[in-house]
Amino acid sequence: MTNTIEKTRAAHKVLAEFHYEPRKVQRGYAGQTLYVNVSDNAIGSKPVDEKMKHTFIGGRGFGLWLLWNAVSGNTRWNDPGNEVILSSGPIGGTTVYPGAGKSIVVSISPLTATVIDSNVGGHFGPLLKFAGWDAIEVQGQADKEVIVFVDGNKGLVQIIAAPEEANESYVLPEQILELFAETADEKKGISSISTGPGAGHTFMGCLNVSFYDVRRKFVRLKQAGRGGIGTVLHHKKVKALVVKYVGVKGNSNGPADWSELTKVGRRMHREIYEQDPIMNDMRSNGTTYLVSIMNDFDLLPVHNFRYGSHPQAAKLYNTEFRKYWSLGIPDGCWYGCTLACSRCVERFQPRTGPYKGQWVHVDGPEYETIAAIGSNCGIFDAHAVLEGNFYCDVYGIDTISFGTALAFAMECYEEGILNKERTNGLELHFGNAEALLEVLHQMGRGEGFGTIVGQGVRRMKQIFAEKYGAAPQFLQDIGMECKGLEYSEYVTKESVAQQGGYGLANKGPQHDEAWLIFMDAVTKQIPTFEDKAEALHYFPMFRTWFSLNGLCKLPWNDVEPADNKRKYEPRMAARVPEHVNNYIRLFSAVTGRRDVKEPEDLIRMSEAVYNFQRIFNLKMGYGTREHDAIPYRSMGPVTVEEYESRAERYDQQLREIGFEPEGKSTAEKMAALRKHREQRYESLIDAVYKRRGWTPEGIPTLETVKRLGIDYPDVVALLKKHLK
Amino acid sequence: MKVLVFETERCNGCRACEEVCSQTWFKEANSEKSAIRISEAGHSNHYQATVCNQCGECIDVCPTLALARDKRGIVRINKKLCVGCLSCVGFCPILAMYVHADYVVPFKCISCAKCVEACPTGALSVEDLPDVELTETEKRIKVREVAA
Repeated sequence: MTNTIEKTRAAHKVLAEFHYEPRKVQRGYAGQTLYVNVSDNAIGSKPVDEKMKHTFIGGRGFGLWLLWNAVSGNTRWNDPGNEVILSSGPIGGTTVYPGAGKSIVVSISPLTATVIDSNVGGHFGPLLKFAGWDAIEVQGQADKEVIVFVDGNKGLVQIIAAPEEANESYVLPEQILELFAETADEKKGISSISTGPGAGHTFMGCLNVSFYDVRRKFVRLKQAGRGGIGTVLHHKKVKALVVKYVGVKGNSNGPADWSELTKVGRRMHREIYEQDPIMNDMRSNGTTYLVSIMNDFDLLPVHNFRYGSHPQAAKLYNTEFRKYWSLGIPDGCWYGCTLACSRCVERFQPRTGPYKGQWVHVDGPEYETIAAIGSNCGIFDAHAVLEGNFYCDVYGIDTISFGTALAFAMECYEEGILNKERTNGLELHFGNAEALLEVLHQMGRGEGFGTIVGQGVRRMKQIFAEKYGAAPQFLQDIGMECKGLEYSEYVTKESVAQQGGYGLANKGPQHDEAWLIFMDAVTKQIPTFEDKAEALHYFPMFRTWFSLNGLCKLPWNDVEPADNKRKYEPRMAARVPEHVNNYIRLFSAVTGRRDVKEPEDLIRMSEAVYNFQRIFNLKMGYGTREHDAIPYRSMGPVTVEEYESRAERYDQQLREIGFEPEGKSTAEKMAALRKHREQRYESLIDAVYKRRGWTPEGIPTLETVKRLGIDYPDVVALLKKHLK
Repeated sequence: MKVLVFETERCNGCRACEEVCSQTWFKEANSEKSAIRISEAGHSNHYQATVCNQCGECIDVCPTLALARDKRGIVRINKKLCVGCLSCVGFCPILAMYVHADYVVPFKCISCAKCVEACPTGALSVEDLPDVELTETEKRIKVREVAA
């Protein structure tokens, strides 16, 4: 490898250099953001003022604000003016509290054509901050492939022409360590962001964010998957973003009150030590434990979300993946994350593709990946799921969009819309793992039907209607996308609140805004539309707060204090009040802000950013009611088979609304159910818009933006145009 | 491995051990900076000591390999590697890993025996106990060393 590395290094050419005085992080902020333009090789710093901190907090908030100022309503994803912005947030980089190493990436998405945000673990965001930057903003498009390198110890930023490095995320992250670590010990102080060829050939490219595993001595990867930000970075010809900061300490984040932090952190670690083994056991299973639960509750997507369970689902349970994991030590993706959901398959042998027969390692799989690549495509084969996961990472492809898009294509194949001729010989039946992997390799190579699937569900619908004469309404009904983004992996048919959780999500149907299925459909805690609207106000706002601060959601409610359910009534218990209190303490201890005392104070911070993002959608030509429409597959049974598979449930529901199912044809029953469910979704939207302070068209009112302090002149002007 | 052993029957609760411990390692008499803590043992008239038994479970919890055994089998913290995450503090089975707000690195008993000398009743001793099984981290390091 040494020879290759030397050759690779020799091919480097520094195109631009920027020196700065490394500064200590104070109270969670470095106080400046880094601007890099790879078109004209400009590098500079921008100050972070108090107003920016107060209004946008950090993380997603900073990303949105910087992007808002960089793009116009006409900027498309592949314009050089588009940016990729990554920021952690004030709490990000804290080591004493679990889940405090997240980064949030923002860009204009090739899938949705509007603003997207995606969160990711790995060490990049925290190290970037310790290197002296609250965010990195990458604009422009390079002529030839470059690496952007930030050395936080030396105070140096470089744009480097990098022609020789691998263009994929298995070899490249390791090469980067060899290239930029001066000693073996420095490897742990380096994190990179890279994509792969699949990001270039599709619109669903992901970002792989690395961290060095000191026990296994190799690089591990986490993904900012959603919305094709990897495609944007690849299009900019940025091979990698690299940050180096050696010397992380417990107080690197410069907390205002270390003493308080030690108290909150110590207590939370102890709670996980005591509670996790008897709750979700995430330290042993990661998120794989969810597969069996989702299957049991009919929520695991099967065959393009037609069904919520499958007789073979047990082949994808955690027991099937456990045998692949190594070392037996729970891993976090940032220091101090004792919930430690990361899993590593250390020795894995792909059966196909460029790594066929070689021993490789891969992180994961996460629940989402298992459901997307596995059950949703009808593939109940743990090895195939791992192989799909591995190649998605290597090629730089989002496993969720990949799985949901392919499941859609598979259903089109089963329905005769596609055939072997149209897929260039691929037999896209549900369950065909070989075909799934071939589609993935085609995405990597940029050829064949893979490049069609890689355009995502929205564009496939258009292509299949125009080229093959498929019925647009049927495609609309079964195509699991909203706003252009593919659904993440939960069946929402029985929960109207979660239909809204997906349909009303700012970026498109991702579950990180709200997950209300149990509360709504199982325990029935939110029966009225007002109750559901309250939940669709509180939870999206509360969860947005994590993305402003560099936090992971999991330690909030994937573990609970022992007395949580005894101490609080169910609806309050779902908020996990003691953990909310931890976050208030954490925020104050880091930032020194004393005005943040109540849960409402957290909600207010998020509300400003959340509404700003909604308005950003408006700026890009979206952000109104019509764009919150969802496919009927997410509301109810589209096909006769779906209805009849759960006929008892649906018949009963029809009786409850005064429609007598006896003697009626399935088609009649389906039509009645559909009418009812579609009406319910509209009623839900009405209630949520009202609760959020929006017009019936879904536009934040002037009073709302004024109350939230985001009444900037251009915001007001934009709103006035739409509120006429 | 060398382990500090406490005999509850002999302890009179004078806490001289706490004082000498914090004095030795932090140059001040402050029980909150002591790696051994004496408390009343429930309903009996005895005292109990909360002090590291060198079980080594924290070695696998540490994300930076800052915790490792020395040649005497004592679990030591490498201050240079520690990132102050306090995972070891929360995950110590007997809560014998300590942290104080004046420092970003936790601390623990390393069987230095200063408290043994200070104890007026002979309730403390350092004994050579059988080694416990290697942790997963130690196994991994050993395998790598052998391979090298």
